[in-house]
Amino acid sequence: MICYSIFQTVMLKLPSWAQDLKDTFYLNFIMKKRYLYLVNGLLTTLKITLFAVLLGIALGIIAAIIRSTYDKTANEMRMGFGKTVLSILNAIVKVYLTVIRGTPVVVQLMITYYIIFATSKNSVLVAVLAFGFNSGAYVAEIIRSGIMSIDNGQFEAGRSLGFNYIQTMVYIIIPQAFKNVLPALANEFIVLIKETSVSGYVGIMDLTRGGDVIRSRTYTAFMPLIAVALIYLVIVIFFSRLVSVLERRLRNSER
Amino acid sequence: MNDNDVLISVSNLSKHYNKGAIKALDNISTEIRRGEVVVIIGPSGSGKSTFLRSLNLLERPTEGVITFEGVDITSPKTDINVLRMKMGMVFQHFNLFPHLSIMDNMTLAPVKLLKMSKSDAKAKAQALLEKVALGDRGNSYPSQLSGGQKQRVAIVRALCMSPDVLLFDEPTSALDPEMVGEVLDVMKDLAKDGMTMVVVTHEMGFAREVGTRVIFMDEGRIVEEGTPDEIFTDPSNERLKAFLAKVL
Ligand SMILES: Nc1ncnc2c1ncn2[C@@H]1O[C@H](COP(=O)(O)OP(=O)(O)O)[C@@H](O)[C@H]1O
Ligand SMILES: [Mg+2]
Repeated sequence: MICYSIFQTVMLKLPSWAQDLKDTFYLNFIMKKRYLYLVNGLLTTLKITLFAVLLGIALGIIAAIIRSTYDKTANEMRMGFGKTVLSILNAIVKVYLTVIRGTPVVVQLMITYYIIFATSKNSVLVAVLAFGFNSGAYVAEIIRSGIMSIDNGQFEAGRSLGFNYIQTMVYIIIPQAFKNVLPALANEFIVLIKETSVSGYVGIMDLTRGGDVIRSRTYTAFMPLIAVALIYLVIVIFFSRLVSVLERRLRNSER
Repeated sequence: MNDNDVLISVSNLSKHYNKGAIKALDNISTEIRRGEVVVIIGPSGSGKSTFLRSLNLLERPTEGVITFEGVDITSPKTDINVLRMKMGMVFQHFNLFPHLSIMDNMTLAPVKLLKMSKSDAKAKAQALLEKVALGDRGNSYPSQLSGGQKQRVAIVRALCMSPDVLLFDEPTSALDPEMVGEVLDVMKDLAKDGMTMVVVTHEMGFAREVGTRVIFMDEGRIVEEGTPDEIFTDPSNERLKAFLAKVL
């Protein structure tokens, strides 16, 4: 193998432990282009995380609006159609939040894959849905706390101008709440990067599973698993830095 | 004055909290006519805010009827949002939208609710800003303004909707003393222009000078009602006397 001989000449005179390290490195990552398991796995991990977090934010905003609308207006509203609908929606959201937060994400993933979408071939899409619904439950609470943190005077000012409840939420409350919780939402993305590591349970070749496949092919655990851990670590540190930059920017633009 | 001049009519208005344990408003009846400047005074906790906020249904009355321009606003069939567009409100703590520029604070409602074109709304807002000597602050954000400036913006934000009445809840109480004057001056100009106003305030000078009628509230009731002269120069009611002795 040409590849191997180049590799050998570059690192010619090495102590024996380094030689071992080099050999396992070659075995685990270079041979048969095994590094591709990690590269493609990482891309899959990021893809699932990104779309899941977007879905989660969308679901979370809806759930948060329903919950806080109910909390704010239920005892003021008269009996009638609107109140009934709101009560039902609120009950659905409560069940959603309770179930999602009361069960392990990996179980949710397996139920989504093997039961709800048993006929689907697109496992990545299924994972996006499962992690998205999972994330939505946590995002809902983040957004809800954001909404609750906005002074009630803002709400009254909007209503006094003639905006209805939804308009007041959309034009006045949500933009402020969203800005307040942006760092927390970015953090949710970071959490989700790590949580998707159970994707392998439904046969998805994510980063973790990629490393595990290498392990099972080469019968060496150390290098592929440490590599996987390092990649997660680097990515998480990178995004955490990004979040703190974002936080600082937001604080500076605090007007 | 004939009946057509009645803008807001309040009859037997009550607002109870804690299942009637607290009577924030206790059977209040009065009228607000077009062009009037009604000043509401009274000790803290007497129900002034609750009364004012009932007028645009920020508080929902326990009992009683409020009509605005002949429409019963407490009726379930009434679209309160449409009526609120014609009733501006100015709050003690300004409640400007911090995420929007001054210009956007002012144009948001006219554009979204009155379907005014963006440029018309801007032109109107600019003209109003200039009227309150803030013509150059359209691009500023609320946090960049002083309290007095914020309140002046809050007033013209309400005016952008061309309301038929303006409700003020202690508009100068959160201001540093040196800024009270600039806000009261704006309100005086409005009164001169014939704007109908209902003003809750502790500024007795303003009540005396600008008010066409003064309402004295205590313990959720209207205790005394009359021209500024009747209220301030020769009060007969004991509670009013005691109150005035404290604030004057
Ligand atoms: N949400 C509420 N729950 C219970 N009591 C209230 C509430 N809002 C106002 N009150 C009571 O109603 C009374 C009138 O309050 P308010 O209208 O704010 O008085 P003012 O504006 O004259 O100071 C007070 O006794 C106050 O404690
Ligand atoms: Mg008050």
